[in-house]
Amino acid sequence: MIVTVDNLSHSYGSRRALSELSFDVAGGSVFGLLGPNGGGKSTLFRILATMMSPGGGSAAVAGYDVDREPDMVRRHIGVVFQNQSLDKKLTVQENLHGQGHLYGLSGAGLSGRIDDALDRLGLNSRRADIVDTLSGGLRRRVEIAKALLHRPRVLLLDEPSTGLDPGARRELSNHINELRDERGVTVLITTHILDEADRCDRLLLLHEGKRVAEGTPAELKSRVGGDVVVLEVSDAGAMQARLREKFSVQPQRVNGTLRIEIANGHRFVTEVVEAFPGAIDSVALHKPTLEDVFLDETGVGIS
Amino acid sequence: MTAAASSVPAPSGDAVARAAFWLPVWTLCRRELIRFWREKTRVLGFVASPLIFWVVIGSGYGDLGFFFPGALTLTVMFSAIFSMMSVIDDRKEGFLLSMLVSPAPRGAMVLGKLIGASVLAWGQGLILLAFLPLTGLSAGPIEILQLAGVLYLVSFSFSALGFLVAWKMESSQGFHAVINLLMFPLWMVSGALFGFSSAHGWMQWLMRVNPLTYSTAAIRRLLVAEVEAGTPSMTVSVAVTVACGILLWGASTMAARRRSTHSSA
Repeated sequence: MIVTVDNLSHSYGSRRALSELSFDVAGGSVFGLLGPNGGGKSTLFRILATMMSPGGGSAAVAGYDVDREPDMVRRHIGVVFQNQSLDKKLTVQENLHGQGHLYGLSGAGLSGRIDDALDRLGLNSRRADIVDTLSGGLRRRVEIAKALLHRPRVLLLDEPSTGLDPGARRELSNHINELRDERGVTVLITTHILDEADRCDRLLLLHEGKRVAEGTPAELKSRVGGDVVVLEVSDAGAMQARLREKFSVQPQRVNGTLRIEIANGHRFVTEVVEAFPGAIDSVALHKPTLEDVFLDETGVGIS
Repeated sequence: MTAAASSVPAPSGDAVARAAFWLPVWTLCRRELIRFWREKTRVLGFVASPLIFWVVIGSGYGDLGFFFPGALTLTVMFSAIFSMMSVIDDRKEGFLLSMLVSPAPRGAMVLGKLIGASVLAWGQGLILLAFLPLTGLSAGPIEILQLAGVLYLVSFSFSALGFLVAWKMESSQGFHAVINLLMFPLWMVSGALFGFSSAHGWMQWLMRVNPLTYSTAAIRRLLVAEVEAGTPSMTVSVAVTVACGILLWGASTMAARRRSTHSSA
């Protein structure tokens, strides 16, 4: 286990951000921390990145305790922050050069690594550009190149998709998978974006600082029974009661819609539409998503 | 607390084995200089402000020689301290975070920034020093070198003071407020505006406890053959100036080493 979190707790004043959280991350995998903003992901990220001491419990990365041996942990992690951490006034190359120096790299060895990182992320033609002039997607790539320069064993990414368009997101995800497959890098991602979470090998769902569920995306989704039907109706309260009575289902009210988990959803859809003609504005049927898993466990959505 | 991962074999990997010190110092210092050079308005201000200062003092006062040491300290202290607003920018722009999660020693990070800022401030002081012949004062080559040395010490001390103030500061407005509150009184009672003989008893006492008094005195002694009675001796002046630099440097390093349990950095 390359990352182990044991009974970790943290509070900001009286607000509890993490509650006795424990989990392990296996080496060479992409592990996602999924949850709504304010769910404790950022706190966990800060503790694992050695930016902050935990209030209680312990965590270790690459075999080193994040609180007692932060310097050792720092040598083995690459960190990509949600907000950028590049020097905007410097060029791409100057940023990478400075980063190498912070890690004790220099000379031909460092130049080779910079070339390598720029190549890998398709940034070669941008090396002399001032960071200020780059698009958001390119900057994120430079951030990753920067975080990988010292060849860390664990890459920590905080909401890496924020501010990226779908194309750039897919590209990012490809880069991450490549790193895992070719270099055996373990990747830890915090996210509230379902797409991104779906692409992880394993997920930990976090809500109000507590573990909600853990497993592969497929395992988690299989916990939700059958299909999910979402009804948009004008009077959700009345319809909820009528559905309970007629179909003995337990509709959940989510943002003014009614959500029903049911096996053989396609059959239910036709029945329900015929049973209440004119009362339903729209019907949607889908296979369970991670959002459904989250709703099931917490009663609230992720996004 | 348990060592959660003591069962994991220590990785031998490709990770950096040694904690380099001077490489981060060099790169962070260089960064300050590159950033300065790329911002042309800063370069303009760098050259122009001592000149304007010079003109104002030159036309406003009869006794150029007397105010010259104070003008030198004021120039370097302002330049050094305001360079350290970059700490607040680094925090805002996120650059600070990537330094903090790197294995580079905090002491190296602090020293790199301090050297960068103090070299710039020093350069500004040297520009003003070049106008020495117009003040009616004179100094030999040895004195000029000594003057440059004292000016660097002052630059370094105020860079460290700026770092200390900026480190916990959220906004540049707050920084300005604290700095103005601190700097003007410090400068005014340093012997830059009036000497010991013209000051009241309690003011003389204030001047004696003000560390900047000693830097100003050192500069004055190097430029003026006969200083007024009560001016601290050269040895004491230099000793206090050096001690202040070391103290503030140590304090900045300590401040940067403390780990947070609540904030984002």
